[in-house]
Amino acid sequence: MNFFSDLGKYLLLMKEVFTKPDKIRVFFRQIFIEFQNLGIDSLGIVIIISVFVGAVVAIQTAYNIDSPLIPLTMVGFTTRQSIILEFSPTMISLVLAGKVGSRIASEIGTMRVTEQIDALEIMGINPANFLIQPKIFAAVFINPILIIFSMAFALFGGWLACIITGKVTSTDYITGLQGWFDGYTVTYALIKTAVFAFIITSVAGFQGYQTRGGALEVGSASTKAVVHSCILIIIFNLILTQLLLV
Amino acid sequence: MIEAKKVSKSFGNNHVLKDVSVTFQKGVNNLIIGQSGSGKTVLMKCLVGLLGIDSGAILYNGRDFSRMTFRQKKTIRQEIGMLFQGGALFDYMTVEENIMFPLIMFGDLTLQKRKDRVNFCLRRVNLENANKLMPSELSGGMIKRVAIARAISLNPSYLFCDEPNSGLDPQTANLIDNLISEITKEFEITTVINTHDMNSVVEIGDNIAFIYKGELWWEGNKHTILKTENKEINEFVFASELTRKLK
Repeated sequence: MNFFSDLGKYLLLMKEVFTKPDKIRVFFRQIFIEFQNLGIDSLGIVIIISVFVGAVVAIQTAYNIDSPLIPLTMVGFTTRQSIILEFSPTMISLVLAGKVGSRIASEIGTMRVTEQIDALEIMGINPANFLIQPKIFAAVFINPILIIFSMAFALFGGWLACIITGKVTSTDYITGLQGWFDGYTVTYALIKTAVFAFIITSVAGFQGYQTRGGALEVGSASTKAVVHSCILIIIFNLILTQLLLV
Repeated sequence: MIEAKKVSKSFGNNHVLKDVSVTFQKGVNNLIIGQSGSGKTVLMKCLVGLLGIDSGAILYNGRDFSRMTFRQKKTIRQEIGMLFQGGALFDYMTVEENIMFPLIMFGDLTLQKRKDRVNFCLRRVNLENANKLMPSELSGGMIKRVAIARAISLNPSYLFCDEPNSGLDPQTANLIDNLISEITKEFEITTVINTHDMNSVVEIGDNIAFIYKGELWWEGNKHTILKTENKEINEFVFASELTRKLK
């Protein structure tokens, strides 16, 4: 019953969120602030994780190819497919659910318990729209860009690992990267990322907005935001893969 | 003028407000007093629309606020300023941005005029040159004064103050009380103050409503409250050893 009650509250909140902003100029300013908070501030961790995971995927693939009948170009090809199809859109979105989701839930939750949201409401501003909508729009726009960076750096990490370990030559790796490329895989990855970005920001916004009490509840809202958005990302990953790839 | 007419509010089986009817006059300090848990905060939240009411009506100069939609309430809300217990300043904005925020959202003033208005409000609360400070850099008294400045930035007709001097030392509390009182009289605002501070009651209580167990128990002013024979009022007013000795 709790699930249906929460789902109802979430949908009602989204109805409030997706109304016309009170002041368009302020709305766009908020979006640019969120580009910085949610996107550019996450670039560092995205690059670090991508480079290392790309390297690990390349080494593992090379390790598993022990048949002389399979060309070493397959290392580049398999790394590319793993990174584009799954690692960058899904794994990085899970990382962002932790980083960005907890940030949003704790920010809005703190505003709730310190009466800042009440202050907005008293002024005649729709707080859900003012606080959550710019975050959703910013994340849906900026997360796919982060994922493109992630793909590039992960593939670079794979190349670096091949060069350093000497398991695969640079030429073989790059030939593999370029072979049998289907542009739709990138489109698929970006669609998934945009959906995950919506899940992360709306679920975290919801958890923060529902917070009542004090510091303990803000912490709890932050945890719930991360856990719920991770579960939803995994579920929607399956649904979207079935819908878009089959 | 704000009128609450037979306002009732329950949370489940807990009847917090029972048929409360009270009028808050323009240009005077209207105080809502009562013990913790008596329902005074709920009454204030109902007055400003943060909580819906179960029955009755809330009228702002005859306009039935309690029956309005969110969009209709917006017009009245732009005439309301509110001072929250903790100040409720937006902690990611400077003092100047906090005070300017309502002006940006609802005004069409130029940047220079907005800055002039901010400086006027800051001067009015004796906080010149605090424009660039962040809320985390302010003391408790300064936070309250900035919150007052933000509340009056749009020239409100109605000012609500929720326990304005809680957590302040007696001197600063007195300063905040006097500031609210001066602003109320200067700008002819209908001010409603929710407090259980006896010093505020005797200093600025032009019109006092005593809420007891969710009911309007007694009405009067700072002069009559000290002379009343009402048992519950006396228990509340003369609860401390000091006030009993003074009596």
